[in-house]
Amino acid sequence: MTSAHSKLYSDDVSLVVVVVDTNPFFWATAALPFADFFANLVHFVNSILLLNHLNRVVVIASGVSSCAYIFDSSDASPAGGVGVAATFDKASRRVEEFIAQDARATAANSSAASANAAALLSGALSLAMCYIQRIFRSGTRHPQPRILCLQGSPDGPEQYVAVMNSIFSAQRSMVPIDSCIVGTQDSAFLQQASYITGGVYLKPQELNGLFQYLAAVFATDLHSRTFLRLPKTLGVDFRASCFCHKKTIDMGYVCSVCLSIFCKNQKKCSTCG
Amino acid sequence: MRLNVHFRSIKCHKVGSKQARSLLKLCGGPDKGGDYMFEFDNAADRDQCRDFVAMVLGQHQGTIPPIPNIPHESVASTGLEQLTAAEVEQRMKLLRENSELQKLHMKFVLGKILQESEFWATRKEANNASKQRPAFKSAMLDLEPSVDGQTNKVTYRITTEKIHQIFVEKPAVHRAFLDSVPEKMSEAHFWSKYCEAETLLRTQNTALAAAHAAVDELLAVFLKSDDILAKEAKFKIKQVDPTLDMEPDAGDYYSRLLDHRILRDGSIQTVDTNSEFVMRTLSQDLNQHAAVVLEGRSHDVKLTDTKTLAEELARLKKEPSSCYNTDDANHERLVNVAHVTCMEDLQAPRNLVYAPLCIKNPREYLESQQANALRSLGGSNDGKKACNCSLSTDDAFFHLIDQVSSIKANRLNCNVVDSNVALKVFNELNKGISYSRSHNLKNPHENILGQLPGQTRDELMDHWASIQELLRHFWLSYPITSAALGDKVERLKDAMAQIYQKLQDMKESAAPDVRHEMSQLVKPMMQAMDAAFSHDLEQQQKCSKGKGTSPAGLETRRVAWPVQSSI
Repeated sequence: MTSAHSKLYSDDVSLVVVVVDTNPFFWATAALPFADFFANLVHFVNSILLLNHLNRVVVIASGVSSCAYIFDSSDASPAGGVGVAATFDKASRRVEEFIAQDARATAANSSAASANAAALLSGALSLAMCYIQRIFRSGTRHPQPRILCLQGSPDGPEQYVAVMNSIFSAQRSMVPIDSCIVGTQDSAFLQQASYITGGVYLKPQELNGLFQYLAAVFATDLHSRTFLRLPKTLGVDFRASCFCHKKTIDMGYVCSVCLSIFCKNQKKCSTCG
Repeated sequence: MRLNVHFRSIKCHKVGSKQARSLLKLCGGPDKGGDYMFEFDNAADRDQCRDFVAMVLGQHQGTIPPIPNIPHESVASTGLEQLTAAEVEQRMKLLRENSELQKLHMKFVLGKILQESEFWATRKEANNASKQRPAFKSAMLDLEPSVDGQTNKVTYRITTEKIHQIFVEKPAVHRAFLDSVPEKMSEAHFWSKYCEAETLLRTQNTALAAAHAAVDELLAVFLKSDDILAKEAKFKIKQVDPTLDMEPDAGDYYSRLLDHRILRDGSIQTVDTNSEFVMRTLSQDLNQHAAVVLEGRSHDVKLTDTKTLAEELARLKKEPSSCYNTDDANHERLVNVAHVTCMEDLQAPRNLVYAPLCIKNPREYLESQQANALRSLGGSNDGKKACNCSLSTDDAFFHLIDQVSSIKANRLNCNVVDSNVALKVFNELNKGISYSRSHNLKNPHENILGQLPGQTRDELMDHWASIQELLRHFWLSYPITSAALGDKVERLKDAMAQIYQKLQDMKESAAPDVRHEMSQLVKPMMQAMDAAFSHDLEQQQKCSKGKGTSPAGLETRRVAWPVQSSI
């Protein structure tokens, strides 16, 4: 999907909003330690900033109960050796603060704390879209935005509607959502997000080489994607599946209120009643 | 004196026009002895001869088989079909144009499987000349005077068709015609006056026009703007719903000020627009003409005599009686208008009661969606759920914070990726990309038929067309009420059996790599024929069981067309 060309000033300047999953429940049992993951991430962010001096990167962390901006490259001090270290320190401190804050929020809100808790993807996507909208309104010359989600936690079903709304608004603004799954489970949300918005969905097999994946696939700007061949899923199966048995069906019954699909005639819809 | 001409040497025949002598001409071509011209006493004789010649020529040219000599099993009801020359010609034309039809015709009628009449019976609709009434021409009426420079004469040619159009487009002229012809003047005189008026208008000389109009009353009618049209326009506008935006439509009635004053010949109107003797502008003429054409001809008016034509038109016009607005109708309209135009800001606010959507069990809902999405990911899910974390909340968070501290302490490792690992990653990505590419690039146009060799494909299509035709006649023949039908069914069955055998052979002789596709293609055809055969068998058994009772009495007609194969 191409961005609005009228707003370009150079076609390979990009704004990458990276949504990082900081769900402690996931990272506690992840194959890749969070430290290594973070290192890969920082290198990747640096690579993007090196590709073009006008590139911008924003990092948003999504925790269990909250999300926050961690890093914004436009805040950084001018280039220089001292500057880089200071920036890195600032970023790490910010992450720590955020995790502490998230811990407090989760402790207060006991319902969210469960072993299978999901990261707050909907909140993070909304933050990303707000930032991007602000960039759009900043004038005619701005970079081409895209969102990269690094997700490991499972999808939270209660966020379904909110996530779909964010996806549709990204589609409307022509912002591709790329997804890189660092966990063991595929994410249906992100797969749909990437498909609908024209982004790339990838589940790397070799997590030690995460940086290589990020650099080879996700560092490409939107203009170059038109002539580069990136990993594609084989196609999304759009057939509906019934809500009672999760089987794919071709003909079924549909609730007239919420449009949920069932394979057998039911008096009461289990989704909306 | 006798003249011997072989029909073989005759290529075509022509007839002379009716007004002239009744002529029939047989053309033989330059090397075959030239043309022969016959003159008859009257047209009826000539027509009879013509039909006969057409028939024989048709037979000789091979498109119509000789009318079959009814063999011994015939029934009196199917006699020789009386074909008119027109029908014969039509059939020949159809056969000439449609090669598929010709092939079928050759196969079945010449092969004596079907009779000519049966073959064409189902195609009657194609034979019927469309009984459409030609409407008015879309081109605007232009009298196209030819001007002779030398003698300064302007010649107008007026045909009956044009007169018809003039009457419909210009009702004032129509009225004048009804009034003046034949009491006051002859038709020729009327039309010459009309042409005079046309010439005057074209010159755009208002003064001259006024002068003429003052002298000649009829010219005045032609030169002045059409009052009937103006009245009609006024009436139409009153009928229109006042809530409509009339601004774009006001041109015709209100004034000529709103259009560009472009006349028919492209020039701009320069004279004073308020004068009565001004030509109507192009837009007005165009609109009027379009309205007339779209209304169409409501009946078949015979364009024989102008006077009768005028009277016919006048009569028809009276029938849709112009119900001028009565008070009641007006009042009703106003009431309706009041309903339609409601000003939204003056209405009270309507708060609709709505029930907010709530998902009772989001997890279940999500899982059903997930099933779909994850299936298409190739089942890379392992089926394993995330291993349940046994840590408590605090522990989990502590663990994470530890990790972050270690980052801060250790700074960044310069060697973030090992080269072996990087190579593995690249290989994996390459494999994935090329696999998905080859999967997506499969030629969408390749289908089963494309894989077969050309000849086989043609044969199959041929068989398919024949089977369709045969089956159609087969099913139409049931219930069998007469011996002829029974006969026909037998013939059809034989033909189908032959094709069946041919299909079997084709299937067996197919090359091994396309054998599966062949059998898939052939299957529906054979199934259809099997159905026909079994139905026939049933009928025969029933027939032999119920001796004496006619088979037609109890059966319901089975009309099942063969299922279209996915070609």
